[in-house]
Amino acid sequence: MGGVGGQGNVMASRVLSNMLVRKGFQVTIGETFGASQRGGSVMSHIRVSTRSAWSPQIPKGRADIVVALEPIEAVRILRNYGNSHVKVLANTRPIYPVGVISGELDYPSLGEIEEFVNRVSLASWFIDATGEAMKLGNPVLANIIMIGALSRIEELPLDREDFSVVIGRSLPAGKQDLNLKAFDIGSSLLSSSC
Amino acid sequence: MSYLTDNREGIEYLFMGNEAIARGALEAGVNVASGYPGTPSSEIIESLAKVAKERNLYVEWSANEKVALEVAAAASFSRLRSLCAMKQVGVNVASDFLLHLGLSGTRGGMVLVTCDDPGALSSTNEGPSRHYARMFEIPLLEPGDFQEAKDMTKWAFELSEEIRNVVMVRSVTRVSHASGNVRLGALPEMEVHADFRYEASALNANEGPAESVPVGEKHRLQQEKLQKAIKLFEQSPFNTYQGPDKPELLIITSSAGNLYAREAISLVGVEDRVGLLKLGTTWPLPPTLLTKFLSKTDKIMIVEEVLPFLENNVKILAAEKARDVGMKTFYGKNEGTIPTTGELSPDIVVSALCKILKIDYREMDHEYEKVLQVTTISQVPERARTFCPGCPHRASFWSIHNALQMNNRRGFVCGDIGCYAMGRFSCGFNTTKTLHAMGSGAGLASGFGKLAQFGMDQPVLAVCGDSTFFHAALPALVNAVHHNADITLVVLDNSGTAMTGFQPHPGLSINAIGDDVPEIDIAEVCQAIGATVETRNPFDLEETQATLSQLIESRQGVKVLILRQECALSPDRRYTKQYDMQVNESLCLGEECGCNRLCTRIFQCPGLVWDKEKKKARIDEVLCVGCGVCSLICPAGAIERKEVA
Repeated sequence: MGGVGGQGNVMASRVLSNMLVRKGFQVTIGETFGASQRGGSVMSHIRVSTRSAWSPQIPKGRADIVVALEPIEAVRILRNYGNSHVKVLANTRPIYPVGVISGELDYPSLGEIEEFVNRVSLASWFIDATGEAMKLGNPVLANIIMIGALSRIEELPLDREDFSVVIGRSLPAGKQDLNLKAFDIGSSLLSSSC
Repeated sequence: MSYLTDNREGIEYLFMGNEAIARGALEAGVNVASGYPGTPSSEIIESLAKVAKERNLYVEWSANEKVALEVAAAASFSRLRSLCAMKQVGVNVASDFLLHLGLSGTRGGMVLVTCDDPGALSSTNEGPSRHYARMFEIPLLEPGDFQEAKDMTKWAFELSEEIRNVVMVRSVTRVSHASGNVRLGALPEMEVHADFRYEASALNANEGPAESVPVGEKHRLQQEKLQKAIKLFEQSPFNTYQGPDKPELLIITSSAGNLYAREAISLVGVEDRVGLLKLGTTWPLPPTLLTKFLSKTDKIMIVEEVLPFLENNVKILAAEKARDVGMKTFYGKNEGTIPTTGELSPDIVVSALCKILKIDYREMDHEYEKVLQVTTISQVPERARTFCPGCPHRASFWSIHNALQMNNRRGFVCGDIGCYAMGRFSCGFNTTKTLHAMGSGAGLASGFGKLAQFGMDQPVLAVCGDSTFFHAALPALVNAVHHNADITLVVLDNSGTAMTGFQPHPGLSINAIGDDVPEIDIAEVCQAIGATVETRNPFDLEETQATLSQLIESRQGVKVLILRQECALSPDRRYTKQYDMQVNESLCLGEECGCNRLCTRIFQCPGLVWDKEKKKARIDEVLCVGCGVCSLICPAGAIERKEVA
């Protein structure tokens, strides 16, 4: 799962992993979040196993699913961890690197990104998670919308009840409803596009 | 109740390595915990602070790591159990006391947790802390997964009490900041009473004064303690072996290297050819155990990160036991199979294995690599680190940069440790020109500020944050004032130890466990020392630049400018907007403006982007936090701010 500092990548990877721990899996998350709030790329490597703890880094070319909270991050991750059976779920809202803002670097068009991702993955889905999150009043909820959408890909046993229990442990009651709503929106976005 | 204090034995949680360490301390019945924030160690003390009231602990963020270790030691001298946590560089700060502590010994169990950062993922160095254990003759433990992070921390307290000395538990980023399943143990209910006994003679380590002297006697005692540790290490369940009885190759590893090596063996499919000896007790090494495993095969590879600590110690042991274990071929850092810089990964261990065992392995399918290359996107834009939208540092460095440019005497800024270390990048307008340790900016400035006698005519500035000010800048500032150095120290006061997650420091009125405490006013301290002090809001660019220019020009002794504005991510300021921002497209002259796109090419706030189609600046409403600063830099007045009602 990758994104940009400030998007709640670390939090989303923990929620997702806790849902899987509830299903009885051994989960390892590897992440670097020293740069997490400072515009850098953030990536969480989530390993899910029935038997034992794997290393906190996915070996090159071995990701099964890529969840990108920001579109160009999907490309960045696939170049290192992609393979012919990888599935990709990506948010369509770009966050421009400072090099792009200053004009030194180019950011590809969404069309180019989608074409790339389609060609190098077995299946891919693009959703405007940030746009939907803004309708809910807070763009950071895009990360939860992505988890809701991921639950529809049916690669992982993610269900609403586990989500509800996991966020119930970490969020105050007032915020839980909004997060459940975000989860449901994500889930419905994918069921209509599947 | 926090999940950290769930008292149901045997249930499993997903714990971050640092949470597992904190839980281990709780299961050991820790009473006092102290530290100084630093990635990747901060969550240990944070976790303990969260449950301090519930578990009757005393937890503090100390002014620096040396003080933290002293605070923890005082608890141990009073027969309490204490833990002290810090990142690798903190051990350097604490090392003077640690040397003496090793000699004086401890009483209640005392554990020093150090978190190294191989690959410098969030540090300005990848300096190793393990060497301190050998240099200062104290035992070293290294957890090889998340469960061990908990179990080993708990056992470290018992070991410390058994041998009556401080025990070092060393973690790394990929253990501390990674997460995994952890099975809980019970939390003890213990009655404790703090009492420092000093009535017996200096040679009575348990009831005499706590001192490193008489050195000869104390040093001999300390070495006896290490011998005792070796005996326990020979039987330790933290040293494990997995693999065939007579492996072709034996891997010896510790810490995150264990996870990488285990995965690499599985990826290459050589479980029947390669043995994995994972050591949890890495100093002093248990010689009998090592002799047994070194005898199993002639080829040995040591997998560890950065410098060859384990490797060199194993080689010394192999030389001593040469008669028993025979001739060995060692693979590792000294012969070049494993790199001596950067962090490891499963892939690095895979290539090492394949080289030694002569196996062909491809990371990526050849066909897939070809597909990646023929697709249209040739370049993925790098994400350089930058200050967050609304960060006061961007405004501060803008003013410092402009004041130095206008002064036109090739002035420069000595940088320091914090988010503002990025002052050396374009987001800080490449303003800082030195970067070393905590407080080194002020110290270096103190030195530069005395070089006028040799003809130096460059204005000398230094920056430091509010937490860094108390940590290590203060002695440097005293030095500069006392020696009448001509410098300007800019304190970038954003009301917290922002980079590591807003831990409180002596300048704030709240402590780690949420109690009200007296705050120490930076301006008053500087005035009392004898510096000229000004305080400004960095978002007021004009005032800040005028003040800076004046201070730089005054050329008289030490000037301190405090730029006070809360971090954009601070719990108080987050999600509150002071201004609604908008680019008035009819006023924005775009590329024709003649300002060289000051707003986006130079100022580079992620919340203000360049619209390629319209050729005009545009506010990114998702990222902009409404600080209003960019409206002050647009020469055409096209960036408009409206106070949020």
